[in-house]
Amino acid sequence: MTLTEAWRGFRGTTWRTIVDVRAFIQANYTPYTGDEGFLAGPTPRTKTVWDTVAGMLPEERRRGIYDVDVATPSSITAHAPGYIDRDNELIVGLQTDAPLKRAIMPQGGLRMVENGLAAYGYELDPKVKEIFTKYRKTHNDGVFDAYTPEIRAARRAGLITGLPDAYGRGRIIGDYRRVALYGVDRLVEAKKAELGALDDAFSTDAVIRDREELNEQIRALHELRAMAASYGHDIGGPATTAHEAVQWLYFAYLAAVKEQNGAAMSLGRTSTFLDVYLERDLAEGRITEERAQELVDDFVIKLRIVRFLRTPEYDQLFSGDPTWVTESIGGIGDDGRPLVTRTSFRYLQTLRNLGPAPEPNLTVFWSPRLPEPFKRFCATLSIETSSIQYESDELMRPVFGDDTAIACCVSAAPVGHQMQFFGARVNLAKTLLYAINGGRDEMTGDQIAPPTPPLTGDHLSYDELAPAFDHMMDWLARTYVNALNVIHHMHDKYAYERVEMALHDHPIKRTLACGIAGLSVAADSLSAVKYARVRVIRDASGLAVDYEVEGDYPAFGNNDDRVDAIAVDLVHSFMEKVRRHPAYRGAEHTQSVLTITSNVVYGKHTGNTPDGRRAGLPFAPGANPMNGRDRHGMIASALSVAKLPYGDAQDGISLTNTVTPEGLGRTEEERVTNLAGVLDGYMDAGGFHMNVNVLTRATLLDAMEHPEKYPQLTIRVSGYAVNFVRLTREQQQDVVDRTFHGTL
Amino acid sequence: MEGAGVISSWDLSVGVDGPGTRFVVFTCGCPLRCLYCQNPETWHLRDGRRVTVDEVMAEAAKYRRFIDVAGGGVTISGGEPLLQPGFTGELLRRSRALGLHTALDTSGYLGDRATDELLADTDLVLLDIKSADPVGYRALTGVDLAPTLRFARRLSNLGRPTWIRFVLVPGLTDRVRDVDTLAAFVSTLRNVERVDVLPFHRMAMGKYRELGLEFPLADVSPPGPELLDRVRRQFRNMGLTCA
Repeated sequence: MTLTEAWRGFRGTTWRTIVDVRAFIQANYTPYTGDEGFLAGPTPRTKTVWDTVAGMLPEERRRGIYDVDVATPSSITAHAPGYIDRDNELIVGLQTDAPLKRAIMPQGGLRMVENGLAAYGYELDPKVKEIFTKYRKTHNDGVFDAYTPEIRAARRAGLITGLPDAYGRGRIIGDYRRVALYGVDRLVEAKKAELGALDDAFSTDAVIRDREELNEQIRALHELRAMAASYGHDIGGPATTAHEAVQWLYFAYLAAVKEQNGAAMSLGRTSTFLDVYLERDLAEGRITEERAQELVDDFVIKLRIVRFLRTPEYDQLFSGDPTWVTESIGGIGDDGRPLVTRTSFRYLQTLRNLGPAPEPNLTVFWSPRLPEPFKRFCATLSIETSSIQYESDELMRPVFGDDTAIACCVSAAPVGHQMQFFGARVNLAKTLLYAINGGRDEMTGDQIAPPTPPLTGDHLSYDELAPAFDHMMDWLARTYVNALNVIHHMHDKYAYERVEMALHDHPIKRTLACGIAGLSVAADSLSAVKYARVRVIRDASGLAVDYEVEGDYPAFGNNDDRVDAIAVDLVHSFMEKVRRHPAYRGAEHTQSVLTITSNVVYGKHTGNTPDGRRAGLPFAPGANPMNGRDRHGMIASALSVAKLPYGDAQDGISLTNTVTPEGLGRTEEERVTNLAGVLDGYMDAGGFHMNVNVLTRATLLDAMEHPEKYPQLTIRVSGYAVNFVRLTREQQQDVVDRTFHGTL
Repeated sequence: MEGAGVISSWDLSVGVDGPGTRFVVFTCGCPLRCLYCQNPETWHLRDGRRVTVDEVMAEAAKYRRFIDVAGGGVTISGGEPLLQPGFTGELLRRSRALGLHTALDTSGYLGDRATDELLADTDLVLLDIKSADPVGYRALTGVDLAPTLRFARRLSNLGRPTWIRFVLVPGLTDRVRDVDTLAAFVSTLRNVERVDVLPFHRMAMGKYRELGLEFPLADVSPPGPELLDRVRRQFRNMGLTCA
């Protein structure tokens, strides 16, 4: 295919000579400021394909996994082509040779694969086991060779958890659009040029590693082309139609999820890019609106069935089967034009055409400046499906530019120019207890952190606790960065993301994405000690095991500066502490206030806390205030969270709100207006992220008893969405118990 | 009295206490004892917290920007805000001076205590008319209906924008004739923008338990969709806008 044909009608020049998708989008996209009136419903074809998949889901839910290939370590080309319904599919390509059949990816860690298989009654092919024990080391093996005893202890105690040390780190978004715009051959040429530029560089560790990685990237691009060829498509050249553009882009993404079982395998920001192709085809009379929507629907069906083999423990932590196929939609361009296109609407329309679903993780970049009809459409769908999350375009754009996408839940980065080293999170609430107990674990009594003098008074004194906590956080930050450096060194070495990195520039900016959990518990505990009186109850060994709060204290989540300032200070000071320790490969330190659903597990591993929280009870998710302590409604609660400084948490700050429909207004029209208004107000106040669930408690309780009635009931939890019926009973209860705002 | 008053709490609500996001002050003290009251903690002045107007306004001011952007305003609710007309009037005046839309949520029973100035500072009155039948009204609230109807007519004469709120309780306020009477009365008013038919619910039962009180309607179920529909239609049939 010639460039003239593939790029017919496109404007702009810079993107033709260098790989620059943003420049292409800016030169060619058409902002859409109208409403959803033009959208098409699902065609019979779409319904047929989706029904086939949906029909398999109950079986998958029952068995845990639908099927798995136990003998073929996955790679871009390892599996033969697979189809859902070959005659009816418009966009093709599966991770293995059949839908919902999972692949094994032992490079991350063999134990994860073995345990994952065993949990569902399968056994690993002995040959694979032999290869990955005798001949080939895994990321997991490497990490544990270099972990220190201190790191192991902190990890075991649940102080530093969720670390990607036994599986793929994820959170890297290849610029999958490049394959559609340029074709693979051109991208190989560009990579060869980057490699050639290193020919004269002296062979230091860094240069050697870059050369090796670039060659791996080139190899991966060839494999990508071969994989597409197995489905009958030659993607050496650029896509010439919208159908091809969607297909090429999907092949690129598919290669990534064939190669990596990453914690989050996000898609990027594709809707407005694809809009250029869809609008061109529509203008040429090549397709109808119905077909344009079908292409999007079919693509989204594929994204909904991305699957990884994981262990039940992993699923317990993250609630079911999350893949975080996050797609970032909307936002405003640097030039002030909205990046909303008709295809932004088409992506959201999939929630109606296919019904609600947790994946892809539809993420709207919100700004009060977005076109009103788009805002209203988003709000309408949030009310209907609870499947959308919102992140502040106004906070991200100045930092990352206008071609930014979210990896995972709340982690922003410019597409194709930046990657992150995912670092999970530390448990700040538990750290506070360590400060009280001189580094001993409150549940086991074991000495985990280096011994410090425990606090001994009958009542906790703020003047003693604050510096002790600060000191404990110093140690924690060092141990944490220490662990992350080991993890990412080994991941690069043993489980390098070849194809994802092939779709990035070289050299690349890296961030070390640290995180904190239990922020509201820690802030409230400090507030209790400062503004009320907290009596300590110790066991025979002198270990502080319980606390009695005498009097009231201001709790985080009431827009009260006395305690909100404590939370702000914790975020700021932990970030500062993390920054003091050099990060692997010169990465820039960042931090998130995000728990996903691990707030339940963190809580389970944390004893009684001075805020009055009982041992084992869940933390609030993400940056949320503790359940029931935010006494003045959703807005006051949100405004406390909005105070947390994005500059000290550029990996994202997550807030989940659950409201009843009545809690947004009396009529549908009012609810839409009010929800859009609340989002405007929150982002204007400096809020970063909001999950919006519009549900009734009665619905959730009914779904707990009759899951079969609610196969697609989706709820948003700290940065992503889950099928409610796939949560553990405990997690379901946690969601139900969480503050419902606006119950009359 | 002017500079201070007694409140139960303040809250931020969305879409239920007037248009948009509202800073709602729940004043304390109420002469009515509605059987379905959802705020029993606001019945007695003595149970409230004494605060100055300045204190309340300092809290409200924290939300001014948010409300500007999101749309909404300030609502004085209760309890019965007109039990403390000076305090309520001052809150409305000061809120309005801040550029915030103001709403007064009242039963109208103490409407005579609202000065014309207070009403001039009120952008919207949320007037709860619990029944249009004097006997039923007394049975439901313990007080007379007449002052509320008098207040409604006064608001109409003054042209103050008003939303009528009517709580629908099966077996108690759902008689066809009573609803028709109410709708007919409301249709004679010239200032009513809409009528909200609020389905009765029992979510306040926990509050009653905590206060050691018995919830009189513990055995009454919320109205079903058909009943709600019928009653809303009755209002619409009189040419009223009804959500």
